Amino acid sequence: MRLIPFLISSAVTIGLAYTLNTRIGPAPALGKFLSPQHGFWQNAEPADKNFSEELVFPQLNGNASVYFDERLVPHVVADNDADAYFIQGYLHAKFRLWQMEFSTHAAAGRVSEIIGERAINFDREQRRIGMVFAAENMLKEMEANEFTKLSVDNYTKGVNAYIETLAESELPIEYKILGYSPEKWNNLKTALFIKQMTKTLAFSVDDLPLTALRKVFSDDQIEILYPQLQDSLDPIVPKGTTFAPPAATAVAPAGVDSVYLQKKDSSLKMAFIDQPSKDNGSNNWAVSGAKTKSGAPILCNDPHLELSLPAIWYEMQITTNNINAYGVSFPGIPGVVIGFNDSIAFGFTNAGRDVRDFYEIKFKDNTKKQYWFNNEWRDAPQRVEEIKIKGKPSVFDTVAYTVFGPVTYDESFTTPLTNKKAIATRWIAHDPSNELLMWHYLDRAKNYDDYYNAIKYFTVPAQNMIFASKRGDIALWQQGHFPLRWNRQGLYVMPGQDSSYIWQGIIPPDENPHQVNPERGFVSSANQRPVDGTYPYFIPGGYDVYRGLEINRRLSKMNGITTADMQQLQNVNYNPFAEVVTKLMLKYTNAASLTGDEKRFFEMIKQWDLQNTVTSKAATVFQVWFDSLETKIWYDELTQQDSVVYAWPYENTLADALTRDSAFVFIDDIRTPAKETIYDVFAASLKAATPALLQKEKEGKLEWAANKNTTVYHILKDAVMPFARKGLNIGGGKHIINATQHSHGPSWRMIVELTNETDAYVVYPGGQSGNPGSKYYDQFIDTWAAGNYYKAWVMKKGEDKNPKVKWTMTFKKA
Amino acid sequence: MKFLVAFILTALLSYAAGFYLPWWSIAIAAFIVAVAIPQKPGKAFLAGFLSLFLLWVGLALYIDMANQHILSMKIAELLFKSHSHALIMSVTGLVAALVAGFAALSGAYLRQSKKAEV
Repeated sequence: MRLIPFLISSAVTIGLAYTLNTRIGPAPALGKFLSPQHGFWQNAEPADKNFSEELVFPQLNGNASVYFDERLVPHVVADNDADAYFIQGYLHAKFRLWQMEFSTHAAAGRVSEIIGERAINFDREQRRIGMVFAAENMLKEMEANEFTKLSVDNYTKGVNAYIETLAESELPIEYKILGYSPEKWNNLKTALFIKQMTKTLAFSVDDLPLTALRKVFSDDQIEILYPQLQDSLDPIVPKGTTFAPPAATAVAPAGVDSVYLQKKDSSLKMAFIDQPSKDNGSNNWAVSGAKTKSGAPILCNDPHLELSLPAIWYEMQITTNNINAYGVSFPGIPGVVIGFNDSIAFGFTNAGRDVRDFYEIKFKDNTKKQYWFNNEWRDAPQRVEEIKIKGKPSVFDTVAYTVFGPVTYDESFTTPLTNKKAIATRWIAHDPSNELLMWHYLDRAKNYDDYYNAIKYFTVPAQNMIFASKRGDIALWQQGHFPLRWNRQGLYVMPGQDSSYIWQGIIPPDENPHQVNPERGFVSSANQRPVDGTYPYFIPGGYDVYRGLEINRRLSKMNGITTADMQQLQNVNYNPFAEVVTKLMLKYTNAASLTGDEKRFFEMIKQWDLQNTVTSKAATVFQVWFDSLETKIWYDELTQQDSVVYAWPYENTLADALTRDSAFVFIDDIRTPAKETIYDVFAASLKAATPALLQKEKEGKLEWAANKNTTVYHILKDAVMPFARKGLNIGGGKHIINATQHSHGPSWRMIVELTNETDAYVVYPGGQSGNPGSKYYDQFIDTWAAGNYYKAWVMKKGEDKNPKVKWTMTFKKA
Repeated sequence: MKFLVAFILTALLSYAAGFYLPWWSIAIAAFIVAVAIPQKPGKAFLAGFLSLFLLWVGLALYIDMANQHILSMKIAELLFKSHSHALIMSVTGLVAALVAGFAALSGAYLRQSKKAEV
């Protein structure tokens, strides 16, 4: 009788196949994942892969070709713009589909669909700050303009043309690991991508924590801790520039001093809040021909972002009859975002201005259908948000909208800082705008006037937009829409029961800070405050100080500049912040009070050349000592009533305060009866830092690069560490021109000399392919870490036989 | 001889099915071959097991060589905290071998039981 063995072995077979076809926890279904014909092996790209292809699509208007050079940079040559954008969409999808979809899912608050219920809170917050609302407003504008409608429509068609031909076995590996499939692309996703970037760059504000701090401090004290102006500021528009009287003025409501600025609010607590990194910054500068060896302007840009794999940037050239632009693009949107064309070059740093405020709302009742505004109950339109969850039923969330914007916080979505209060978000990113239109014009701009007209279309995230042309002009405009505020408006949560605290318009864009062909022969920005205190508008924000200072110091001394000099400048590891603070350390530390190791570390600071190089041990000693100093000075006051700590004031605030005033009031530890002096606090902070330093020394992590362990993480972070690049040998850091920190830093370095034949040098910490199984995935990282560059090959028409062309993809109309 | 034919046929059928059907079509392929070519259950199991072990390892090896081990090392680290591409390849083979082996065994038992009835 063989029936029983048959049944048993059949059951075993089916059981095995079923188990191996099922996801267990976060692990992919092993049978499917390991199958050489279906699973991850299909993503193992041959090192000598031939990228040449002949493709036929009915969506095309004419024929086009894409020429790939040896770095897999595509040079798109199309007859018309529509086809060029179609091809750009196709290429983005072919090389970066997963990141495009994941980042736009994140923007829309749809991560729970992919990774399950642990993302619900993230998704709810995205919905409640109005990300989709903002993207929808943008979509309407994009589709109402003939140029941007053409670009997004064709871009979307191109992405979908790729998705339609994609077999399951060819899915990017992240889909296979996480177990899902891509959906169709649409124009809204492009808007969502821009809004996600906007959140990264123009969302972070301190209003809630500062409101909480008023429980302990007066507005005057908060002004000391979070000053609007810094002593060491070297603004984008040099000090001493005279500004015309303001064309518009915001009027403060009556009683603002007592009602708003002095109000103590005991129901709010302090807490860390999750915000986009304050380190999102960048450098850019342009020098005029008078300062260069060739006589042509040179423009440089290195935007600092969270470093990620697949990289946020995709390098490419787009050539049609109307456009010849080279640079980097964002997978997710059409056009070249930072780069140059035949006539001009352009780049960006973040303005960091505060364009988001909070208003406290009074609802009639728990239904949140009406709120009190200007002496009446007003209807609050409600938006029901369905959050789909992988493997679970959907969660529904209702968000009420007011004249200010969505009510982000209420009793159903609360934080220690908002304490169940209903608080609406007024964010410039909710206003209708069409940022894509700026890039449409910028990619095609021929001169300063074209650039000037192009940037007017950019509302948010406000940027320092740098420009140089072959005609010899250089310029920098801080462009965006900025609320017109009365003094100190919006630093704290504002009353939302009437229109008296509402924004009174925007600062007239012509009065935005700018520099055009200045006498000093260069323009630059590095996220510092754009102007000094004589600028006639109140402009709060999160500003850096030292990089800008150092860049300007060096540029003013440089002459006969070459692109090689600029490469060196972007990689400078000199620490101007340490220059200020080590002076204090040496002045106020009584060496006689130090013992063995403390003395040894102190000596290292004394000997230090202030370079944060790969092997510098003093750089690590400095950092740990300074962190300890900050704790000694701020911790006691900032934790007076709560065990939770609000993020420290800016580092430059402390450096400025101690430089200015050796009796700075916060030095004293208010928890002790004794009155601590500046000498006490410097010695005590070094003593407190010593055990941590000895531990690092023991672990071999005292050298700067080992200590900061620069890592380019995969977007999925710790879940896929083998896809990351860890422990990169690179110097630099916070406040340093080479702004490379642990996982944050120059995401693209570009140097463009605007000679007749454009001479450009570029690099980014990633590679053209988003596939971890491709050798082009992280191809540029070592070049980037070493401070080296690639010379960009700007392909001209008719160069299709050039030996630089390694592969050709032809696109034919069906 | 039968063993060799079953071994080769199972591999060929599995490979062909892999282009159109999900990965678990290897079980169907091994089962069909075991029914078509009657062998003792032990031998049938071995034929299916070895056939798919070698097929998947062979395919993976071919891909891995061309890929210069870039991805196999990462996946080995991801799944097994090991940098061994040989390990990930062996597991790949073993997964297919077990499924195909038991499928072939089932086929052999089915065939045997029919014979017993005759």
